[in-house]
Amino acid sequence: MLTRTELRAAVERRLDEAGRAWLDRALTEAAKSGPQAGDSGPASASASGSASSPDSGSASSPASASGRASSLAPAPASGPARWELDFASAGRHVRSARPAPGDPTPHDLPDAARILLLHAADADAPTAARLYARGTGAERRAVLLALPYLRLDAADAVPLVEDALRTNDTRLVAAAVGPYAARHLSPHSWRQAVLKCLFTGVPLTAVAEWERRARGDAELARMLTDYARERTAAGRPVPADLDRVLAQTAQTAQTSPTAATSRTTPAATTSPTTPTAPTRALTREES
Amino acid sequence: MRIFDPHIHMTSRTTDDYEAMYAAGVRAVVEPSFWLGQPRTSPASFYDYFDSLLGWEPFRAAQHGIAHHCTLALNPKEANDPRCAPVLDELPRYLVKDGVVAVGEIGYDSMTPAEDTALAAQLQLAADHGLPALVHTPHRDKLAGLRRTLDVVKESALPMDRVLVDHLNETTVEEAKDSGCWLGFSVYPDTKMDEERMVAILREYGPARVLVNSAADWGRSDPLKTRKVGDLMRAEGFGEDDVDQVLWRNPVAFYGLSGRLDLDLDSGETEATATHEGNSILRGGGAPAAAPTER
Repeated sequence: MLTRTELRAAVERRLDEAGRAWLDRALTEAAKSGPQAGDSGPASASASGSASSPDSGSASSPASASGRASSLAPAPASGPARWELDFASAGRHVRSARPAPGDPTPHDLPDAARILLLHAADADAPTAARLYARGTGAERRAVLLALPYLRLDAADAVPLVEDALRTNDTRLVAAAVGPYAARHLSPHSWRQAVLKCLFTGVPLTAVAEWERRARGDAELARMLTDYARERTAAGRPVPADLDRVLAQTAQTAQTSPTAATSRTTPAATTSPTTPTAPTRALTREES
Repeated sequence: MRIFDPHIHMTSRTTDDYEAMYAAGVRAVVEPSFWLGQPRTSPASFYDYFDSLLGWEPFRAAQHGIAHHCTLALNPKEANDPRCAPVLDELPRYLVKDGVVAVGEIGYDSMTPAEDTALAAQLQLAADHGLPALVHTPHRDKLAGLRRTLDVVKESALPMDRVLVDHLNETTVEEAKDSGCWLGFSVYPDTKMDEERMVAILREYGPARVLVNSAADWGRSDPLKTRKVGDLMRAEGFGEDDVDQVLWRNPVAFYGLSGRLDLDLDSGETEATATHEGNSILRGGGAPAAAPTER
C-alpha cells in the first residue's frame, strides 16, 4: 500500500531525467492552480458553438449526475488550465521501462503521474467529473484510481464509478472497484460490480475490501450461486474467484462495516494491471 | 511480416477482422476519424465518436494484440453542414490527447468554400499542436483536387514533409511526390488502387515516403489488403527490407512525427491483457508477439 509520497518517490525512481523534470514542473503547476482554476469549459472558442446545447459536454455526462458538478460556473475565456493539459498529455511524457520484479509502483506510470497531478491540484468532485467525462480511456482510468487520494465529500464521485461499471472496458471496471467503491457503492451496485468482475475476468484482487463487504451477504451469495448454476448448465467453468467470494459470504459479519482499515492508506489497488489481467472482456457480456 | 495499417476505420469492423489482421501480421493501426455513412446532425455525435476512438476502440484493438492510434478532425464532407461546424472549435481539447497522432482526415470532398475554410483551419491546428496531418484527396475530380490541396498546404503553417496525402493513384503520384509530402495509397477490392498497380507504382517510384493502407470501412473493402500488397511485392522481386519499409517503417516514421506513437502494448494507452501479456510488440523490430490463444 503506497501513500502519495511513496507513490511519487517510486514513480521518480523509474523516470529518466526529462520525465522527472516534467513531472516536477507539472506537479508544481498543479499545486499552484488548484481545481477552480481548471474549471474551464470546452475550448475557449466554443462559445461560438451556438448550435450545441448550453453545455452539451455535461448534458449526458456523469457530471450531470453529481449535484455539485451541475453547479459549475460558465467556462472562463482562458481555456483549460495548464495542469489539465498536463493531465491529458502525461502518457507521452512519463513513459519508461517496465518495473523490475517486486517494484511496488503501479505498472502504469501515466496512471501514477495522473493520480499525483489530481492530488496536487486538490481536485474536487466537479473537477474529477469533468476530467473523467472529457477523458480518454487512460484518463478516465486515472481519475477512478485517484478517487481514494482526493478530498471528496462522501459519495460525490459515485456517478463516475457507476459509469465505469456500465462499460465493457475491463481497464475501467478494474479501476472502478477500488477503495472508493468499497466505501461508497450501495449494496446493490457493489454486488453487481462483483458479479461484473467475475463475468468479465477482472480478478478479485482488483476489488478492494471484498472480504469485508462480502462477509455475511446472503443476497450476494444467492447471486453467486445462481451465476455458478448458469455457468454449469452451459458446460462452462465457474471462475475460481467465485468460490472465494461465496465462501466469504458464509462468514458471520463481525465488525462494523466501516472498518478502520478502509480509511488509512487507500492505495492498495492503484494499478488494475495485476499479473492476472482480464481476459474475457469481449465475451458474451450483456451489451 | 510486420504490418502497420496507417489508415483503417476499425469502428466499422468486426472482431473476426481483428483476428484475421493479427494473423496476417498487423500489429499497429491508425484510425482516422471520418464520415460514418449516415450523416451526423450535431457536434455531440462527433464527440462521442472521438471519445470512442480514444477509449473503446484502442481497448478492443489491444485485446487482439494490435496497437491503435487515431487522427481526429472534422471531415471534409460534413464540413459542409453548418450544424457540424462547431466541431472545429472543440477540436483543440481533443488534439492534446496521447492517442492522437495526426489531424485527419482533412482535405476536399466537393471542393466548396466551406471545405476550404475547414482544411486551412485544421492545417493550422496541426501546426499549433505539433501534429502532422493526414490529407485525403477527393474521389471525384482527383487531379484538380490534389493541386488545390497542395496549394492550400503550401500556404499553411504546416511544412509539406509533415503531411501525408492519401488515396493517390497513377494520375496523382508524380505531382504529390514532387511536392515533398508523404505518399498514401489505399488498396481496395474495386475502386482506388489494387495490389498489381500498387506494386507497379512502387517499382517506378520506389518505396521512399510511400505508405500503403486498406482504408477498410463500412463499404466494400478488405482489411488484409496491406498483407496482400506485401506478398505481391515479395513475389515480384522486392526484398524483405523494402516490404518492411513500406508496411512498417514508413508509417512509424510519419506518425512518429507526433512524438506520441506508442507501439508498446504493455504501456498505458493500450494496456496489456492476459492474452498478450509480456509481449511488447515490435517497438524496435523485436520478435512478433505470440498469437492470441483465448479471449
